[in-house]
Amino acid sequence: MRRVLLTGNAAAAWGARLARVDYVPAFPITPQTEIIEALARWIDAGEMAARLVTLESEHSMITAAGAAAATGVRVFSATSSQGLLYGMEMLYTVAGWRVPWVLVNVSRGLSAPITLEPDHNDVLAARDSGFLQIHCAGCQEVLDSVLLAYRLAEDARVRLPVIVNLDGFYLSFTREPVSIPEPAEVDALLPPFDPQGLAFRAGAPLSQAVAVLGGGPYSYFRYQVQLAAQNALAVYDEIAADFAERFGRSHPAVEAYQCDDAEVVLVMMGSFATKARAAVDRLRDAGRPVGLLRPRLLRPFPAAACRRHLLGKRALAVIDQNLSPGQGGVLATELAAALYGRPGAPLLASFIGGLGGRDIPPEELFEIARVTEAAAERGETPPPRLLYTEAELRELRKLQTIAAVERDRRGPAP
Amino acid sequence: MSEQETRYRSTRDLPSLHLLGTGTPMCAGCGGLEALHQIYDQLGERSLILNAAGCMTLLAVYPYTPFRGSWLYTAMASAPAGAQGARDALDILVAQGRLPPEEDLRVVVLTGDGSAYGMGLSATSGAIERGLDFLYIVYDNEGYANTGQQYSGATPHAALTATSRLGAGFPGEKKDLFAIWVAHRPAYAATVIGAEPLDLARKVEQALAIRGPKLLLALAPCPTGWDFDPQRTVEIGRLAVQTGVWPLKEYRDGQVVHTKVPRERKPVEDYLRTQGRFRHLFEPERQDALIAAWKARVGTYWASVET
Repeated sequence: MRRVLLTGNAAAAWGARLARVDYVPAFPITPQTEIIEALARWIDAGEMAARLVTLESEHSMITAAGAAAATGVRVFSATSSQGLLYGMEMLYTVAGWRVPWVLVNVSRGLSAPITLEPDHNDVLAARDSGFLQIHCAGCQEVLDSVLLAYRLAEDARVRLPVIVNLDGFYLSFTREPVSIPEPAEVDALLPPFDPQGLAFRAGAPLSQAVAVLGGGPYSYFRYQVQLAAQNALAVYDEIAADFAERFGRSHPAVEAYQCDDAEVVLVMMGSFATKARAAVDRLRDAGRPVGLLRPRLLRPFPAAACRRHLLGKRALAVIDQNLSPGQGGVLATELAAALYGRPGAPLLASFIGGLGGRDIPPEELFEIARVTEAAAERGETPPPRLLYTEAELRELRKLQTIAAVERDRRGPAP
Repeated sequence: MSEQETRYRSTRDLPSLHLLGTGTPMCAGCGGLEALHQIYDQLGERSLILNAAGCMTLLAVYPYTPFRGSWLYTAMASAPAGAQGARDALDILVAQGRLPPEEDLRVVVLTGDGSAYGMGLSATSGAIERGLDFLYIVYDNEGYANTGQQYSGATPHAALTATSRLGAGFPGEKKDLFAIWVAHRPAYAATVIGAEPLDLARKVEQALAIRGPKLLLALAPCPTGWDFDPQRTVEIGRLAVQTGVWPLKEYRDGQVVHTKVPRERKPVEDYLRTQGRFRHLFEPERQDALIAAWKARVGTYWASVET
């Protein structure tokens, strides 16, 4: 084991390298590109025995990944944002093929307007695809989660592809100390890929992903995906326990921080949860019983684990780094569904923040805790709040003024 | 291919054992299926077909398939990328000693013109550019036939389709997919038609002998989409060749060679008259300008070939 400073992108690449992936179909997109560059460099230098092929789009990349996995090799790929959405048709398709492989998504806000900075609308657009999803908050977690993801995907009770998500910039380009496990230790955790007889061979012709007629067969195969995804909850716990025993690092499906005696719990996913964790420490210093819950698994959704931590609390502040226009935050609805009708279900206040890399500074987290406590006091669920400060609005007004001046200077369109 | 190089010197040499199962849901008289039957006789069961959305997606409907080999339905746009992933995976497995070479498969894309001329063009271009070792079979029925023959990038000028139903028909021109392939300098490219089995067999034989990207572009007379009686599929296919509308040719070693040049081309009208989609060129009154444009297009093509 070595302990080095790695970016989240480098940690993802190390995860793929240690997993001894055979095949990397690739396509560049910011902020993911470093991952495939690192893999290409290792492969060219002979440090990694894999084949990397750059496709002409993410749609093709995901198709090639699925077809290669269906042929029986271990596959890795990475994308971001527009790329994930460009390949969306194939995310659903290859999940239906029941091929295990791992796709790293480096989260980035979606167009329009086009941006490079992160939020979770990209990866949440894949929520219903059949891919399982693991969300990371740190660089070590990225490396470890790639390894966990292969074990999970390839388990005979699951056989579904997995997305490992990390936030663009905040993790992708941020160096943190990361322990790189010895290859032999990883080999013991992750044996070579066994396609379990489901692979294309001349001597054993196989038709895969054929059309069905009627809702009966269609529903049957879709339900199979649901059952496999549900199996993944228990399988994940097994694998995470095995991993913790081997490596001494715990990556539960849901990470709870200071939740046991908390009255108000902040709920967040991804790297911004580390900001909430720091805010919890400050609030605790001030004598406020606040905790943090961070689901690492989004699919399958660890509803029972969330309930275990949350039933009996006074209130939740769910902070979504995504926006479902006309509804609000996606994680808020996931939690509401997990808690609805259960005795002791807390009040749920929903906040939208961190879109397109917008910061959520400590003061906002304190304010969120205060607003949530007050709502619990009144017993009234507040409407979803969109985080934005007066200072930000003033800055935006300046930009609008400049835009107006520029427009007027050019005069009316001919 | 010279006669000395081919095992198909006459129709007597054509395969007598047919490998593709019958009783599929394709329409009666499907010119695409006619070509596929012949291609599959040589391709055989040691093949993996990556299918793009189209009529032939319905060949394999759970739990039945007419294929003796393997099949993976992908999507409309990315069958060549599926071929890339499968080919690469097979190569990796053979190189690692995890797959005995005799378990290796030929990787084949099966697509209609809707994907080949349009949505799948980017993925196809990428696969050719990467030198992928695959066979790319197009059944070109000149429209989005599976959805009821709306016009596609393969639809010829003046054809009536479900989205060019009235007036002079489709205003555009048929895209030259063969030329697009040739511009990529592939290992092999050929136009074929099911009604010319000997020419087709030699081209399949040729394609299977070469590594790299290979095109078999089959004009697929479509009784349903072109509006003719299914029993006339072979006749219409022959007319397409004899009138010069569908030139049979192949590209190899950097050269385009015409494999069946009609000595005396039959009038283009003989082909157009057989199909309801061109009936408006003749009834209720003859559209001389449109017919002249068709003749000019075919004449110009062959003038460029024959000089």
